[in-house]
Amino acid sequence: MTHAAVTHHTSMGLDNRKMAFWAFIGSECLLFTSLISTYLVYKGKSVVGPYPHDILNIPFTSVSTFDLLMSSLMMVLALAAVQRGDMKWGKIWLFSTALLGLVFLGGQVLEFSEFVHKGLTISTNLFGCTFFVLTGTHGAHVAVGVLWLLTLWVRALQGKLGPANAMTVEITGLYWHFVDVVWIVIFTVVYLIQ
Amino acid sequence: MHEGGSVERPVHPTADVYLRVGAVLVILTVLEVGVFYVPAFRPVLVPVLLVLSAAKFTLVVMFYMHLKADSKFFTFLFGVPLLLAVGVMVALLFLFLGALTLRGAAGTG
Repeated sequence: MTHAAVTHHTSMGLDNRKMAFWAFIGSECLLFTSLISTYLVYKGKSVVGPYPHDILNIPFTSVSTFDLLMSSLMMVLALAAVQRGDMKWGKIWLFSTALLGLVFLGGQVLEFSEFVHKGLTISTNLFGCTFFVLTGTHGAHVAVGVLWLLTLWVRALQGKLGPANAMTVEITGLYWHFVDVVWIVIFTVVYLIQ
Repeated sequence: MHEGGSVERPVHPTADVYLRVGAVLVILTVLEVGVFYVPAFRPVLVPVLLVLSAAKFTLVVMFYMHLKADSKFFTFLFGVPLLLAVGVMVALLFLFLGALTLRGAAGTG
């Protein structure tokens, strides 16, 4: 809908979709903080192993963190390209963002598989329960983001995405960056502060 | 379209700014991981990691999510729930971990 994009503005002169999305992100803050709080409250209270220091792989997760940070960079570059009408690079950056998201998800699948192999499941102990719920919820958000990005990419390939739809790309970016900032907190609180 | 008033169109950063912010984010991540492995940082590990994490969080929100240039109302929509969430987290930690510490100090835990 490159030529027929309709903009909706509130009486404040702000895009209503963007305003609604910021309110949604605010609600997501509460969701993730409740999960992080639960993890912290039960931290160190597992009576059986494996414990965090036995199982968490910092070098591996550092690479995943780098991957997600770079995907955020790709996302803003995609937005900048779409805003200036450079759809060739817009498509490249959008696909790169989705690809890095898929790499992150692959890393999470590998990590979870290794943990299960080492005896840590969601029902093993308090650490397993709170860890899998927190990182699993984040992973589900990443998966939704990847699907959203791929949908945008396909629309761009079909010629249905252009500067007139830049707000759609910006809102997708808001979601993607929020997923990134949640991971920034999880990486520090769960992985580095053991 | 917005009736009877101008539509706010924020000026977003250029690709150059995005790249520089990306470089700073990578440096901060390397510092985080580096600090984790250096034994000398053990006594101050938690505050240092929290500061580095907060710096990364702020950079992404300000530049990549455009809160620096966008309407202050978006900052309000994001900031209020964030402050509420952090307040609830601190309260919960005091409630559970603080209670444990007090019981331990009283010799009953």
